[in-house]
Amino acid sequence: MTVLHSAPRFASNEGVIEALSTALGDMVLATKEEHGEVVLTVARDQIENALRLLRDHHEYQQLMEMAGVDYPSRPERFEVVYMLLSVTKNHRIMVKVSAADNTPVPTVTTLWPNAGWLEREVFDMYGVIFAGNPDLRRILTDYGFEGHPFRKDFPLTGYVELRYSEEDKRVVYEPVKLAQDLRQFDFMSPWEGAEYVLPGDEKAEGEAK
Amino acid sequence: MSIQLEQSPTTGDEVITNYTINFGPQHPAAHGVLRMVMELDGEIIERIDPHVGLLHRGTEKLIEHKTYLQALPYFDRLDYCSPLAMEHSYVLAIEKLLNLEVPIRAQYLRVLFAELTRICNHMLNIGSHVMDVGAMTPNLWLFEIREDCLNFFERASGARMHSAWFRPGGVHQDVPLKLLTDIADWLDTRLPELFEDAMSLVVDNRIFKQRNVDIALVSKEDALAWGFSGPMIRGAGIPWDIRKAQPYDVYDRMDFEIPVGTNSDCYDRFMVRVEEVRQSARIMKQCLAEMPEGPVASSDRKVVPPKRGEMKQSMESLIHHFKLYTEGFHVPAGEVYVATESPKGEFGVYLVSDGSNKPYRCKIRPTAFSHLQAMDFMSKGHMLPDATAILGAIDVVFGECDR
Repeated sequence: MTVLHSAPRFASNEGVIEALSTALGDMVLATKEEHGEVVLTVARDQIENALRLLRDHHEYQQLMEMAGVDYPSRPERFEVVYMLLSVTKNHRIMVKVSAADNTPVPTVTTLWPNAGWLEREVFDMYGVIFAGNPDLRRILTDYGFEGHPFRKDFPLTGYVELRYSEEDKRVVYEPVKLAQDLRQFDFMSPWEGAEYVLPGDEKAEGEAK
Repeated sequence: MSIQLEQSPTTGDEVITNYTINFGPQHPAAHGVLRMVMELDGEIIERIDPHVGLLHRGTEKLIEHKTYLQALPYFDRLDYCSPLAMEHSYVLAIEKLLNLEVPIRAQYLRVLFAELTRICNHMLNIGSHVMDVGAMTPNLWLFEIREDCLNFFERASGARMHSAWFRPGGVHQDVPLKLLTDIADWLDTRLPELFEDAMSLVVDNRIFKQRNVDIALVSKEDALAWGFSGPMIRGAGIPWDIRKAQPYDVYDRMDFEIPVGTNSDCYDRFMVRVEEVRQSARIMKQCLAEMPEGPVASSDRKVVPPKRGEMKQSMESLIHHFKLYTEGFHVPAGEVYVATESPKGEFGVYLVSDGSNKPYRCKIRPTAFSHLQAMDFMSKGHMLPDATAILGAIDVVFGECDR
């Protein structure tokens, strides 16, 4: 596919997947190259070893970012994505592991000190546990917050709201009360991928909608 | 009336133990709502535990509930000191997923305004850094420049700060020729005059140097390990600039230098930013000199809405307009991580699309996260007042850090 876009152009991906999957061996579960991005999926318990190998022998010196993603339909619903940058090879790759909320992911704070906060954020937002992280506190949410807000089943409005109470002279938490329901407009074309039954279609029994 | 001297509470053999203070969340030098729990031994910092998240608004979650175009203005509100630089990563991420070609004039305009944003951002940071360590005047002069920049943004997009001007496929609307000539005049006269005047007060100032030189030294290895980027990594002596290494838009046609530090202290980080302002002006002049004619947005009508005039004549344009502003455009399934050189460092967007009209996940990589995390090891052993200088040299904005 010819590249038409003008997004950052880093070094070629050619041969990267072959080289890295031979080097990582059994640790790699899947590889793909899509949209110009190299993505390696690694066995969860091997992530620290895999990243150590990439850092020490393949010049991926920097851990720029860690992202959690929630796919509720999968058996292990979370994905943790590590974005690595090589400043010498001028190349970026993504390394992924999957996790559930009861399967801890080994920490990489042993490799990069800045993984500490990144892991805290994934833990805070998704509830993924990082085994070995010395300081796995919440980071972005409020003191005493409950739940993991970026999970797909966490409502956008949240569960509690806070206000300053004149009687108590402090901020109090109350369950969310909305004067009007949160409106979610679904503008998806009904011919492609609408999940609701089209008005009128409910009358047609037994037929495909 | 005679004055009675109170007896010192610590006379005698009293042992002074470490004590903990709260720096912020409401502190003028905290550059926003940052709370730092500091453990001090006298006036020496032993440990810093920054508490972030006081400005957390759940931007990433909100974006998942908006169409791609509706999510764009959220980016202005991340780093509100450099709004266009935030948009830049996002629109490039969408374009990468769509593999959409952007007309050359739009690329030039984006680079021009991204660099104007950089100047605008650095004016605020340089000014507040100087003010944090005790000088007042330069900040006032630099805010003059910042005001000019905001006026230029207003003339291009209609908004001083939250422009929402970069759009997937190009920019929202073309700029008038007069604006470009005014920017050129401003680059030749007003900017160098005000900026060099203000810098002549600071860069060789004895007090400023005493407060910044040899403060928060970071080795090259540490800078890499802690995920530094932008002026922080260049201050450490590593010539890493995404505009140069991984050029996007028309940065590969621009001729500019990457300033690096030699000593890797707060003063170097400051001076890197000062030189970046001059280099940004240089890039902007090249953009203006080479600015081509042509369309400012892609002609792909499945992504970019048609012109108003076209809509009055063509039914198809009307349909496209309606569809784009209700349903929005669909982005092919896949995931990309696109990082650009924002004024503060690497600003990245990890965009996961499931093929629908809304992002499935949009993770924003704030620059401040890595830098602020290193606050603890950078401040160790320094004096309490140095914390403000270190914080000023990090260039932290909480809209971006907390998202």
